[in-house]
Amino acid sequence: MSIFTKALKKSIWVYHVAASPCNNCDIEILDLLTPRFDVERFGILLVGSPRHADALLITGYVNRQVAPRVIEVYKQTPKPCVVFAVGACACSMGIFAKSYNAAGPLDKLIRSVDPNALIVYVPGCPPKPEAIISAVVKAISAL
Amino acid sequence: MRYLLDFLIFPGFLFTAIVGLVASWVDRKLTARIQWRKGPPFLQPFYDILKLLGKEVIVPEGSKGTGFLTAPLIGLAGVTLVSTILWGANLWEKAFVGDLIVVIYLLTLPSLAVILGGAASGNPISGLGASREMKLLLAYELPFLLAIATAIVKLGGSLRLTDYTETLVVGNVSGIIAFVVTLLCAQAKLGLVPFDIPEAEQEIMGGPLIEYSGAPLAAFKLTKAMMLFVLPMFLITVFLGGVHLQGIHILWGILKYVGILVVVVLLRNTNPRLRIDQAVRWFWGPWTVLALVGVVLALLGY
Repeated sequence: MSIFTKALKKSIWVYHVAASPCNNCDIEILDLLTPRFDVERFGILLVGSPRHADALLITGYVNRQVAPRVIEVYKQTPKPCVVFAVGACACSMGIFAKSYNAAGPLDKLIRSVDPNALIVYVPGCPPKPEAIISAVVKAISAL
Repeated sequence: MRYLLDFLIFPGFLFTAIVGLVASWVDRKLTARIQWRKGPPFLQPFYDILKLLGKEVIVPEGSKGTGFLTAPLIGLAGVTLVSTILWGANLWEKAFVGDLIVVIYLLTLPSLAVILGGAASGNPISGLGASREMKLLLAYELPFLLAIATAIVKLGGSLRLTDYTETLVVGNVSGIIAFVVTLLCAQAKLGLVPFDIPEAEQEIMGGPLIEYSGAPLAAFKLTKAMMLFVLPMFLITVFLGGVHLQGIHILWGILKYVGILVVVVLLRNTNPRLRIDQAVRWFWGPWTVLALVGVVLALLGY
C-alpha cells in the first residue's frame, strides 16, 4: 500500500451531493458534523467543491433532471474517490423505484461512467449517523 | 550553496512547513475545543497534505494551464523567502539595508498567487473570489503599511531588520496602536474568519481555490499553514523585539509566538464573516485613522 493511500485513509474530505432527496438523509449527514459525533476526529471534513473531495455522499433517488449532473460531479472529482450511496433511495431507489421520473439506481449510473467505481451502500430511511460512520470505516478498510 | 541550504532546509522551506503545519493543527484543535468537540489528531495536517499530493491533478478545460499551475508555487516561494530573511535577521544578524521593504513586498505574494490562480482557472466563482481577494488586499495594505511606518519612525528611519530585533517597539502608546492595527491586518492577510471573504466556503465554495485539486491545492494549503507561522514571526521581529537563542530568551520567543497564535485563533472563532464592502470600509475608515494617529504620536515622540 502506498504512503498516499495510507494518508487518504486518515483524511477523507467529503462533498455532499443532494440528488433529489427528501432531506431526511441530509439532516442525518449534518448531524455527523455536530459536536456530538464530531467526525473531524477521523480527519473527515465537509468541503465546498467536488475538486477537493475524496468521497461523495449522494442522497436521494436520482431523477432525470439531476442524473446528468450527478455523473458530471463524479467525473469532476479527482480519483481515487469513494461514492457513498446514503439511504434506501440512493441504494435501491426505495419507494420511488417505479416512479415515472426516476433515472435508475445510482450505482448503475456511476458504473456507466466508471465500471471500477468504489460504491458503499448505507441502507436505512434515514440511516443513523452511527451507520454512516460504520460505512466510512468499511470503505476505509476496502481502499 | 549555503544560501540554497538556508532556503530549502533550516530557516526556509522544510522548517517553516513543519512548524506551520503544527501551528495549523493548534488552530484546528483550539477551534474544536472552543466548539466543545474533540478535534483532529496531531498529524492531521500532515496527512491532509500527503493525501493531496497523491491525488489526481485536474486542469479544467477553460483555464490557462501555465498560470493555473504556477500560481501556487509563486506563493510558496514568497513565504519561504520571507521566512529565510526573517530567521537570518533574528538568529545570525544577517541583514541588508531595505530588507524590511523586501519582506513587506514578499508578504503580498501569497495573496497575489491566490488572485492569479483564481483568475486563471476560468470559473466564474473563482473569478469572483479573486476579485474579492484583490479588494481585500487593497483595503488592508493601507493601515498595515502605516503601522509599519510607525515602527520605522520610532527606530529613526532604519530599514534593517537587525535593528528591530534589538528594540521593543511596543514600549509606548504609538507602538501599542501600531501593533493592534497590524494584528488585525495580519488576520486579513491570513484569510481567517472575520476576513475570509475571498474563500467563503458557505457562499462561494472555496472561492479562488474551487478548481484546484491534488498537488496545486496542497501547495496552497501549505502556503496558508506557513503564513500562520511566518506572519506572527514578522510581527514579533518588527514589534516585539524578535527571537533570540540565548538561554531564557528561547522561552520568551516561543511565548510571544504562541500568544499571537492564540489571539488569532480566538479572533477567528468569536467573529462572524464580514461582507467585502464592510471590510473595505472598516479598513479604510476607522482603522486607517487609528494607524495615522499612531504615526503622528510616534512623530511627536509618544
